Amino acid sequence: MRPVDEAELAGIVRGANAPLILRGGGTRGIGAAVPGEVLETGGLSGVRLYEPGALTLVVGAGTPLAEVEALLAGEGQRLAFDPPDMRGLLGREGVSTIGGVVAVNASGPRRVQAGACRDSLIGVRFVDGTGTVIRNGGRVMKNVTGIDLVKLMAGSHGTLGVITEVAFKVLPAPEAVATLCLAGLEDARAVEAMAAALGSPFDVTGAAHWPGRGTFVRVEGFATSVRYRAGELRRLLARFGAVEEVGAEVWAAVRDVVPFHGLSGDVWRLSVKPSDAPGLVARAGAEAVMYDWGGGLVWLAVAPGVDLRARLGVFQGHATRVRGEGPGAFHPEPAAVAALSAGLRAKFDPRGLFNPGLMQGAA
Amino acid sequence: MEMPQPDPAILARRERVHARLAGLLPPDALITDPAETRAYECDALTAYRCLPLAVVLPRTTEEVAAVMRACHDEGVKVIPRGAGTSLAGGSLPTPDAVVLGVARMNAVIETDYTNRFIRVQAGRTNLSVTGAVEAEGFFYAPDPSSQLACAIAGNIGMNSGGAHCLKYGVTTNNLLGVTMVTMAGEVVQVGGPFMDAPGLDLLGVICGSEGQLGVVTEAWLRILPKPEGARPVLMGFAANEVAGACVADIIKGGLLPVAIEFMDRPCIVATEAFAKAGYPDCEALLIVEVEGSPAEIDEQLARIKAIAARHDPVAYREAASEDEAKRIWLGRKSAFGAMGQMGDYICLDGTIPVSELAFVLRRIGELTEGYGLRVANVFHAGDGNMHPLIIFNANQPGDLEKAEALGADILKLCVEVGGCLTGEHGVGVEKRDLMSVQFSDDDMEAQLRVKDVFDPGWLLNPAKVFPLYVTASRRAA
Ligand SMILES: Cc1cc2nc3c(=O)[nH]c(=O)nc-3n(C[C@H](O)[C@H](O)[C@H](O)COP(=O)(O)OP(=O)(O)OC[C@H]3O[C@@H](n4cnc5c(N)ncnc54)[C@H](O)[C@@H]3O)c2cc1C
Repeated sequence: MRPVDEAELAGIVRGANAPLILRGGGTRGIGAAVPGEVLETGGLSGVRLYEPGALTLVVGAGTPLAEVEALLAGEGQRLAFDPPDMRGLLGREGVSTIGGVVAVNASGPRRVQAGACRDSLIGVRFVDGTGTVIRNGGRVMKNVTGIDLVKLMAGSHGTLGVITEVAFKVLPAPEAVATLCLAGLEDARAVEAMAAALGSPFDVTGAAHWPGRGTFVRVEGFATSVRYRAGELRRLLARFGAVEEVGAEVWAAVRDVVPFHGLSGDVWRLSVKPSDAPGLVARAGAEAVMYDWGGGLVWLAVAPGVDLRARLGVFQGHATRVRGEGPGAFHPEPAAVAALSAGLRAKFDPRGLFNPGLMQGAA
Repeated sequence: MEMPQPDPAILARRERVHARLAGLLPPDALITDPAETRAYECDALTAYRCLPLAVVLPRTTEEVAAVMRACHDEGVKVIPRGAGTSLAGGSLPTPDAVVLGVARMNAVIETDYTNRFIRVQAGRTNLSVTGAVEAEGFFYAPDPSSQLACAIAGNIGMNSGGAHCLKYGVTTNNLLGVTMVTMAGEVVQVGGPFMDAPGLDLLGVICGSEGQLGVVTEAWLRILPKPEGARPVLMGFAANEVAGACVADIIKGGLLPVAIEFMDRPCIVATEAFAKAGYPDCEALLIVEVEGSPAEIDEQLARIKAIAARHDPVAYREAASEDEAKRIWLGRKSAFGAMGQMGDYICLDGTIPVSELAFVLRRIGELTEGYGLRVANVFHAGDGNMHPLIIFNANQPGDLEKAEALGADILKLCVEVGGCLTGEHGVGVEKRDLMSVQFSDDDMEAQLRVKDVFDPGWLLNPAKVFPLYVTASRRAA
């Protein structure tokens, strides 16, 4: 099913009596829901409003991400949170939609400085499980009116409602970029170097460690300012080894997890305190590793079916399986939190129509 | 303003509730004497006051949990309170409710510079969070003007912002996790010292929920390295429209100042008389602040100056020293104090699309004239968060009602042009009855469901945020 507007969509939901599998472009969904009929959002597309002078963009959820990015680039602006393209990693084809980006709260390397997708998102419209259209947030950057369902919808993986329209705060694209690289650091040393960079006043917008390739730090902005900050960071990082300047292409590779594209097996992401990351990686027995967000995000490739959580033991943070078969893609939550989440699902989707079971944590 | 009838059954059990609370807390953590509870009868929305059933001032999460369990058991309502600086009546008591103040919970639990976070008890004041990390070169970004007094608890309650949030975001963008006690007395940890949620983003829902979902007792906050320096520039313009156009051009020019503050003529005149900051005599002025190294600041200001020049500024003053920077901020920072000198005031907080700035200021002028009142405008222009200050005389019968009616008209105007009722102060009781201007019943119903999940008995800070007619059946059940 592929409704062309919100009203048609609401009608479909009202009439539904079996599970619906929500799909934007089918390029980034993770986990497994129970089987059901596919409901596509690609028909709910189009730019509703774009005001470069107010840094605001409102678009239909089915609008292709590439179209959104091209529109913004035309005005020298961009989505600050740097949404990754997951097709290579997940082995999918298709056209990624902006609604899908929101549904999984997809955020790239710039997350350390500019925040996640949910931080740029200022408004949503969605259809809940009763077929009712709900609006929350709006098109202005500062808005604390009522309960914030905008954040709730971001990262809800299509389990609370069908997102039909999204509004963003966008940012100017920088005039210049500089990427510094330290070669040959051990993981723990690399995390220290990234912490030093991120803890400096030089406004670092990316900090990643790609074992075997290097430890990368990025600054962006006006050209003279970028030169100055890159110079200061070079000095600051000199105690970790020789610092080289390299091209900016590495960031797309980090963002899209390119080093893992050719690997078979399962892929996991850990969200942890950066200084805990190397120790956890040592326990993971992974075939490949990459650190982003200064070490706060760790990508791990392991053999199919490995219970990574069992290997890691108890830790602060969570592990999500983004590629691999079977249940338990999402990290189990403490009972009290799980009860609140289950309560919200029961309220927003009382008949359990949307992607049922998808976000259920492993038992 | 209408508040629900207090529950007579609870009022009748006053002594028993006091005794039960006394059994759970050290003697100095329970206040029942009306002479002392009076200090908690209102927040910064002083037009509305009410003595609570009791005030509790616990020191630990365990004490909070014990109080919540007891109140839950007794069916007693709870009003969470930080420092009581809400401008929206968010912590206004009712006679049948216990005020739970977290102000004594002000410890720093952990600072971690490597991973850039601080964990504090929620009663800690906003400014003292920065105080705890500044020696190491860090700061906590959200900076409400009330930061000397307001608590992180209330900042989370209201999702507070500040002058510098154009660059750094508001509370929700700087909050990593909380420890929260639900109305049933259950302690939950949501988020933590890592960057995103494992499941649904409950933290995003809790932040800004105005004490409707739980009592926050601890928080993990993101701390940032302090910039090398900052410098403000002040520019005066011949008309509000021109200043508004200049703001849009600065933003379009790819600049992202940390702050763009706007003041109109009535505000300039009042603050000059009060603070003598040496502001130019003009219709509108902007204070724009940029950050970085001296050379970076020079570069950004050169660009800003070129943009401003296209709008024929009647004054342009760059701070050449720390002292001049202070003088530029002096007037802005004393704006509220200056208004206080002119009379009583209501501070509105609607947000509008920046493109509507000039139109909205003109309409506010017309509306104000219609009511025969005075309004001064001072606000965060970069993000369209307006703060019209309506001046009135509380001692003159009918004046408050007139000011409130004007306030309602202005907020409706904000919604009409595509904005919202409140950008950072919250709804509280003040804007409760206007919610239906911005939201349909379905939109509100979706928000009520969230409260249904966290507080099924509707005991936590009820009668706030939503119009009473919308919540009546739930509060009665
Ligand atoms: C002069 C002045 C200037 C101001 N400037 C700004 C500004 O620039 N930006 C801005 O955003 N605001 C501003 N404010 C408003 C106010 O300071 C903020 O809303 C502040 O965050 C309130 O904090 P508080 O600790 O005083 O909270 P309170 O007033 O005690 O409570 C605020 C809300 O939070 C809830 N709450 C309190 N504690 C908890 C808790 N532990 N758990 C759950 N909920 C809780 C309350 O129930 C209430 O709804 C200003 C106020 C004044 C008086």
